[in-house]
Amino acid sequence: MTATAKRPDVDLSIEFAGIKAPNPFWLASAPPTDKAYNVERAFEAGWGGVVWKTLGEDPAAVNVSSRYSAHFGKNREVLGFNNIELITDRSLEINLREITEVKQRWPDRALIVSLMVPCVEESWKAILPLVEATGANGIELNLGCPHGMPERGMGAAVGQNPDLIEQVTRWCKTYSSLPVIVKLTPNITDIRVPARAALRGGADAVSLINTINSITSLDLDNMVAKPTVGTQSTHGGYCGAAVKPIAMNMVAEIARDPETAELPICGIGGISHWRDAAEFVALGAGAVQVCTAAMLHGFRIVDEMQDGLARWMAEKGYRSLSEFSGKAVRNTTDWKYLDMNFQTIAHIDQDKCIECGRCYIACEDTSHQSIAKLVDASGTRRYEVIEEECVGCNLCQITCPVQDCITMVPQPSDKPYMSWNEDPRNPFRETA
Amino acid sequence: MTDALSHLPRAGDGAALKAGFTDLHPPLTQRQAIIESQRCLYCYDAPCIEACPSDIDIPRFIREISEDNINGAAQTILEQNILGGSCARVCPTEILCEQSCVRNHDAECQPVLIGLLQRHAIDHMHFDGHPFHRAADTGKHIAVVGAGPAGLSCGHRLAMHGHRVTILEAEAKPGGLNEYGIAKYKLVDDYAQREIAFLLKIGGIEIRHGQRLGDNLTLDALQRDYDAVFLGLGLAASRQLGLIGENAPGLMPATEYIKTLRQASDLGSLPLARRCVVIGAGNTAIDMAMQMVRLGADEVTLVYRRDAEAMSATGHEQAIAKANGVRIVTWAQPKQVLIGDDGRVSGMRFARTETRDGTLVATGETLDIPADAVFKAIGQAFADDGLSDDRASRIARDGGKIHIDDSFRTSLAGVYAGGDCVVPGQDLTVQAVQHGKLAAQAIHQDIMAQQEVA
Repeated sequence: MTATAKRPDVDLSIEFAGIKAPNPFWLASAPPTDKAYNVERAFEAGWGGVVWKTLGEDPAAVNVSSRYSAHFGKNREVLGFNNIELITDRSLEINLREITEVKQRWPDRALIVSLMVPCVEESWKAILPLVEATGANGIELNLGCPHGMPERGMGAAVGQNPDLIEQVTRWCKTYSSLPVIVKLTPNITDIRVPARAALRGGADAVSLINTINSITSLDLDNMVAKPTVGTQSTHGGYCGAAVKPIAMNMVAEIARDPETAELPICGIGGISHWRDAAEFVALGAGAVQVCTAAMLHGFRIVDEMQDGLARWMAEKGYRSLSEFSGKAVRNTTDWKYLDMNFQTIAHIDQDKCIECGRCYIACEDTSHQSIAKLVDASGTRRYEVIEEECVGCNLCQITCPVQDCITMVPQPSDKPYMSWNEDPRNPFRETA
Repeated sequence: MTDALSHLPRAGDGAALKAGFTDLHPPLTQRQAIIESQRCLYCYDAPCIEACPSDIDIPRFIREISEDNINGAAQTILEQNILGGSCARVCPTEILCEQSCVRNHDAECQPVLIGLLQRHAIDHMHFDGHPFHRAADTGKHIAVVGAGPAGLSCGHRLAMHGHRVTILEAEAKPGGLNEYGIAKYKLVDDYAQREIAFLLKIGGIEIRHGQRLGDNLTLDALQRDYDAVFLGLGLAASRQLGLIGENAPGLMPATEYIKTLRQASDLGSLPLARRCVVIGAGNTAIDMAMQMVRLGADEVTLVYRRDAEAMSATGHEQAIAKANGVRIVTWAQPKQVLIGDDGRVSGMRFARTETRDGTLVATGETLDIPADAVFKAIGQAFADDGLSDDRASRIARDGGKIHIDDSFRTSLAGVYAGGDCVVPGQDLTVQAVQHGKLAAQAIHQDIMAQQEVA
């Protein structure tokens, strides 16, 4: 008998928009899911599902050379990533054959096929039965590709037009029995509008976000952006850790919109480890898709993601994802509903303080002058919060390099909850 | 210079010995420098700046390294310390900037490697010409006595203000201790000279060699010929043991051996003591002991009359010495030079010591350590003979060194001093650089004020 480590007794399996998967970690439609070889490796590594890189009509798209670029941190950590790749550059026939074979070999995994064809009914009517015949579990509509394809009237050109979203979704529901996930572009002003359009068209779910229009960096010697194709560049789709906050807000916006509150959401955008996934789920996502993190580290990261998520869930007493899915939505509200009587104040743990002075200068220069710098006779510095001046902005805590050295302490109050709507300081308050 | 050891065998294969005299701390690679620069927290009112005797804005230059602005980083360093390259190599950072680094404790792993980052910036700077302007010629001409770190720093800052500078140096090369006194593995190859060549590129500075105050140079003449005089004389005299046999073959000051070693074109030609004793507790004692080990000595014993904690060599230096096989004997003070039948040193007899009521006393026990050579490294003293002419002897002294006020003025109007030869001197290159810089500021202000009055 081989030795086995104890694993948390937690069920990570999901059923999302009617699609079953052994875990919520899916690979997004992108280069890692372009062909059978990669997808096989992903399933072997343990990914719960895969959205096959977008299929289109023949002749297949043609890609340029030089395709990705990054927004680097100072230590070459990738903060954000972008690409100017188009949809699959392989023939429809090869893709369909491989999808069929892979699905047969991996019946327990979710295999969703991403699609993008011209915005005419005949095109969708033609491709949908072919996809359904592969045995795939669902389709995802790529209405968000921000580069190249919109110039041809596809991708984001559709996703930015609610009427077209509704129309295409309806065609898919008409000509296919598979669950339809509509992938939304963030390159719009209000994400609720395309989500509502998808729902009207009959979508089973939405997935978001697709990539954001971006220029990551420039080659200042040659005065051209990256990735550089010859002597030129073009904007690409931004993704990776940097886009996570944008994606989470958009997920939350849809989750707390009464019209779309029941619409399943697949969260996408900068998910790099289990905590990111847990956060998306807490904001209402039923599954998540990952791409950049896998492209940077390989498929093996799904091990740590599953293990970390399961241990955290066990610690919190959640036996399945549904037990905490959406739990943070009710606490996400409009500014006007925040409690005007709440007060939190910074506290500096003097035993943990290493006397770097970052909190002091941040507060002194750019915030509320609420930290005093004291120097004793021996030259030891001591930074103390001037509590009566502190507005609880969190800046000192953010700039402190030491974990848990500065904490924000909610102040006891005997005042009741009072929203801005009820606040006498609000000249436009709603009076009863 | 090593005549006292001429009876000893030679060190041997010079080429093979070279490896032992390369950088003790190798420079950072580009990648290492970037990683290390990220560790700096960019503290406000940073403790490392307070700890730097030359006031370098350390967080700023490290941030500039991290932003791929090496010339900016180098200029930040050089603005405060024109000898930032050698200071990066020889500073005891473990008791200065790195000691006060907020990351210098276990929870933060270790301090930011400030010295190595400074070296990285200076080693990789690339200026089109000299990075500092020389102001319009003031018509003033200043004499700087001594081309050590204090004199060079003073000369450079004076040149920046537009004064003409003549540096008068006794030795054949400029640099002072950087050229003649620092352990070879700390300041390797001809770095000291290359750094000086860079410094002189500002223009307006002339160095005359073979000029020795009290010998072929008088303060009278200097005051007559120049608008102001800066004395950066250093500490040229080695302290004596005060024992019989002090001049016997086999016994010599460590500084003189180091000077010869640093100038030797072939390390193999140096006299080597198989068994040697170094008396002293400072960094020079450690440098001497370490270099003897590297030259191939079998037994190197460093002897000090008090405990390790009282040694002026830093804990870091002591640890390096021990790791290199130097035996450190404490609580023993020199009692007698042991002389063999051939009239040469055969060892040292030490009196065992202890403290009683805070006073160091001999216990009555003795300890003999056989040795082919004994090196004394018990400190340097100000060589008073340089200031013996009528005028110079009027300069007020303070415990055997030159007395100065807050503006580096000696008691003689128009004569300034700085570096190891003045009272607040701490035998630190970086402090000498700071003295030279501040004295130059004072000289500039004083003579320009005089001009306005006139």
